[in-house]
Amino acid sequence: MVGKPEPVNGTATAKTGPSPSPATSMSGLKPDLLNNLSFKTLKLKTKQQELLIRVSILCLVYILAFITRLFSVLRYESMIHEFDPYFNYRTTLYLTEKGFYDFWNWFDSESWYPLGRIIGGTLYPGLMVTAALIYWTLRFLSFAVHIREVCVLTAPFFASNTTLVAYFFGKEIWDTGAGLVAAALIAICPGYISRSVAGSYDNEGVAIFALLLTFYLFVKAVNTGSLAWALASAFGYFYMVSAWGGYVFIINLIPLYVLVLLITGRYSMRLYIAYNCTYIIGMLLAMQIRFVGFQHVQSGEHMAAMGVFFLMQVFYFLDWVRHLLSDTKMFQAFLRITVTCAVGVGAVALGVGTASGYISPWTGRFYSLLDPTYAKDHIPIIASVSEHQPTAWSSFMFDFHILLFLFPAGLYFCFKRLSDATIFIVMYGLTSMYFAGVMVRLILVATPAVCLISAIAVSATIKNLTQLVRAKNKVSQTGSTKGGSSTKGSSKGSVDQSQPFQRNGATVLLFGAFYLLSKYATHCTWVTSEAYSSPSIVLAARGAHGNRVIFDDYREAYFWLRQNTPPDAKVMSWWDYGYQITAMGNRTVIVDNNTWNNTHIATVGRAMSSYEDEAYEIMRSLDVDYVLVVFGGVTGYSSDDINKFLWMVRIGGGVFPVIKEPDYLVNGEYRVDKGAAPKMLNCLMYKLSYYRFGELTTEYGKPPGYDRARGVEIGNKDIKLEHLEEAFTTSNWIVRIYKVKPPNNRW
Amino acid sequence: MGKASTSSTTKDALALFNTLRSAYSATPTSLKIIDLYVGFAVSTALIQVVYMAIVGSFPFNSFLSGVLSCTGTAVLAVCLRIQVNKENKEFKDLAPERAFADFVLCNLVLHLVIMNFLG
Repeated sequence: MVGKPEPVNGTATAKTGPSPSPATSMSGLKPDLLNNLSFKTLKLKTKQQELLIRVSILCLVYILAFITRLFSVLRYESMIHEFDPYFNYRTTLYLTEKGFYDFWNWFDSESWYPLGRIIGGTLYPGLMVTAALIYWTLRFLSFAVHIREVCVLTAPFFASNTTLVAYFFGKEIWDTGAGLVAAALIAICPGYISRSVAGSYDNEGVAIFALLLTFYLFVKAVNTGSLAWALASAFGYFYMVSAWGGYVFIINLIPLYVLVLLITGRYSMRLYIAYNCTYIIGMLLAMQIRFVGFQHVQSGEHMAAMGVFFLMQVFYFLDWVRHLLSDTKMFQAFLRITVTCAVGVGAVALGVGTASGYISPWTGRFYSLLDPTYAKDHIPIIASVSEHQPTAWSSFMFDFHILLFLFPAGLYFCFKRLSDATIFIVMYGLTSMYFAGVMVRLILVATPAVCLISAIAVSATIKNLTQLVRAKNKVSQTGSTKGGSSTKGSSKGSVDQSQPFQRNGATVLLFGAFYLLSKYATHCTWVTSEAYSSPSIVLAARGAHGNRVIFDDYREAYFWLRQNTPPDAKVMSWWDYGYQITAMGNRTVIVDNNTWNNTHIATVGRAMSSYEDEAYEIMRSLDVDYVLVVFGGVTGYSSDDINKFLWMVRIGGGVFPVIKEPDYLVNGEYRVDKGAAPKMLNCLMYKLSYYRFGELTTEYGKPPGYDRARGVEIGNKDIKLEHLEEAFTTSNWIVRIYKVKPPNNRW
Repeated sequence: MGKASTSSTTKDALALFNTLRSAYSATPTSLKIIDLYVGFAVSTALIQVVYMAIVGSFPFNSFLSGVLSCTGTAVLAVCLRIQVNKENKEFKDLAPERAFADFVLCNLVLHLVIMNFLG
């Protein structure tokens, strides 16, 4: 089709060539003239073609985003991954079985024994309700699916939807080309895939979709100034609030954006409409989520939005008065009075609110986001989680690849064509990049922004290059067809000298761009298949002959718990395994991954780091029947309880000063071999991990009791247990379960 | 409107007030009606805040829904006022019917949510 107009053009030039108009203006006129002359039908057809290509690319991207996340299902099986998803799965199961109201009023007595947990009031229900709705819809359409399959595939499905939102967002801030590139980039970006592979049934999988949707709708509302779009944005915000605690990012970023627009003098009526409608309705909707409740009017994190809301009113009022008053001097006087009043009232309100305790101060989690060192000093429970660590450069490279280089280029293009929308995406990109640097897991939040900004860079660059290549084509063509006219020939000749070089350069650069993009695609696929598709509940390793060895010890242990312990047994373990024990083992746990009660966790930490008889007292007071520890000494699995042990000591010591970290270290060094600290060698965790390990030869040519995870021979091989007895050890020793004996009879 | 000027009783303020009043009288009646509506909503919100300060905020959700209902209505009405105002060039292509439909839709959502929240 593209080839067809060429001969038509040729004849057209031949016809218009002899016309008496001056030759110099001819060259400029020609394309326009041709466009006007070319058949209307043809033009419509190319437009249709473009639409067709666009839609099919989007469809392909949509499918690609889904299937690239299925590696985990292929490699392992259709299963729920990691820790938190097990809780989500359990609650979804409850929701589909018992219905919404029971779910909403659910008091869970199986976790946080003896405190229990009010599930309905302490979770973000968006994910569960979404999965349950999908499940009910499929059931209604008589697809007999299991709820687990729905849960496993929810994240990939929403990732696909995110690509569509990214397309529309890119279209809104730049053009359709950028939108398409953004959709393609975000579909396979490892930073996003890490949280949305099949089986990773976590809040983030849905939340990133909601986040991007809210931002897109808000930008759309700002661009159009329409109440309907603002309302849609409020609904997007509602969905985000219902899905993830990360909504705090939205409620702070949008006011910040508005503030920046106000300061840079870009205030507009559209902005007023968009912000106020979104804020009021979004806030009201968010209050319907019980876990969030009144936080929008009470907590310090949300005060910025409210402050900006009032500021907007003042701004609007001033703008209106200025409109009424033609006299600038009078307006100045008026301005002074109003601004003083407004600032005074605002400051007094904030001061009174904070002093009376009505507005709660910022929480530690919020501080730890602004200041990377805060959590380390003040909240060990946040600092202990590996995904809360500051990000290393390598993981930026790993998760973003070429986007890391394209991001600054995209920023340049955004600044070159500054508008309300590009300012938004620039602010989103910069703030989220900062947060991504503070915490590893917030790379996820930065990913959409990075993809969009990089897409602008890619799209704009490729567009420029192709234009260069194409323009030269046309010019050389016309030059060859009418080499006769002398005045133009000379002028063209002078341009021609630089042309071949430019054109070749453009071609080379185009190839370079495609090379980089294809590298990106291969990198993403490789990362997805190698790094982000392991469920972490089933471990895989390479055997001696290169074959794959699967360690399914976790599920073995949980199944044992389910089958062999009394239904009301209480299991004590470190909090990481709490959700899995309740979901898969169906037994009551003392602490779990919802770390809402630091003291309770510290009690468990204290028990783990005490001597056995002291620990026994604590366990008796908590009614513990079984103790579960994770041990990697046989398999070389490094994220086991011994390696996490220092955090237990720190968290326990943070509440109970009898536990002191130096007692477990030798010269500031953490070791488990003969040179280890005596308290370390005799604490409960050590004993439970290494009980009877001294009899076992793990590796050929090494003494018995050789710990493969840490590469040392253990220091205490003769471990006797007084108050506990070994109940079950899985086939690869990864999970060990001990029974707490009843107290001795007194006589 | 007059609140800021009554705070200071200088001659300037009086002159300012008069100018404002004369300038305001030129606005179309439909906008004046919206202004009246906004003023009513804001004053209702203020009355509720004062009442809360005196009596206490015990059913906090009821208080919030009352105040937010008024604030929301006021803000939405201001948005409507902006959109139907002929002087705003930004909204020239927007039909007043469309603006009103949006306004009604937003109010509907707002008050449905408030009914749920009232407790």
